[in-house]
Amino acid sequence: MAVALNWYLALSAVLFTIGVLGVLLRRNAIVVFLSIELMLNAVNLTLVAFSQALGDVDGQILVFFVMSVAAAEAAVGLAIVIALFRNKETVNVDDLHLFRG
Amino acid sequence: MLELFLFFLFAVLTVMGALGMLISRSPVASALWMVMTMFAVACLYLTLNAAFIGIVQILVYAGAIMVLFLFVIMLLNLEATPGLTRPSVGRVVAFVLGVAVLAQLLTIVALRFGPPLAGRPAAEAAETATARTLGLALLTDHAFALEIVGVLLLAATIGAVILAKKRFT
Repeated sequence: MAVALNWYLALSAVLFTIGVLGVLLRRNAIVVFLSIELMLNAVNLTLVAFSQALGDVDGQILVFFVMSVAAAEAAVGLAIVIALFRNKETVNVDDLHLFRG
Repeated sequence: MLELFLFFLFAVLTVMGALGMLISRSPVASALWMVMTMFAVACLYLTLNAAFIGIVQILVYAGAIMVLFLFVIMLLNLEATPGLTRPSVGRVVAFVLGVAVLAQLLTIVALRFGPPLAGRPAAEAAETATARTLGLALLTDHAFALEIVGVLLLAATIGAVILAKKRFT
């Protein structure tokens, strides 16, 4: 592996930050979901980089589980978005305040 | 040298796709930028000699999850929303918080991992990531977690159907 591990970690940090900014700045629920997927991908990149640098297969096993949970999360989250849109006619998270008394 | 070039090529593509996802106004454009990011991350896995994970990344993320996103976006027929045009106090605070997160992460990377770990030979690294190695570890050491994930996916399938059908008032 000619590229130093630090470069992968730095790239992963940048991707994670873009995901954080997406969650904080965007108001469309679907784009917020996409940003969460981006953060999961950044963590996956870190796991694979460490796994390959250390020669330990367990990091990539963890990536499998992260992908499974991401798939489940996307399915349930998008179902919630569909249910919200059918009731409220919007996916803007500023307009959704069901729990406000 | 070639590895370095490929890494930076795909790193730039990944960050470009992520930024495009962040700033594009239409949700469809966001999702398509995200597909590009997923493919570039899969190529980064290939530069790490992790071929199997790279293929799974393309199949699961670019093939399944992003198609689900696009399907929902087109099903709901969402109009383009205002992007990042309106600056407000909350947005500035959010931006500062995000930059603070980046600064913390990069500081940790720079301090803790100053000397790079010793690189392993490519053939040996590729051997760590074959489907055979991963499958052996998955079905022996992590068999219980695998069963739990199966139950989780079943529960998510049922829950998604029930949630999408439900009409709560």
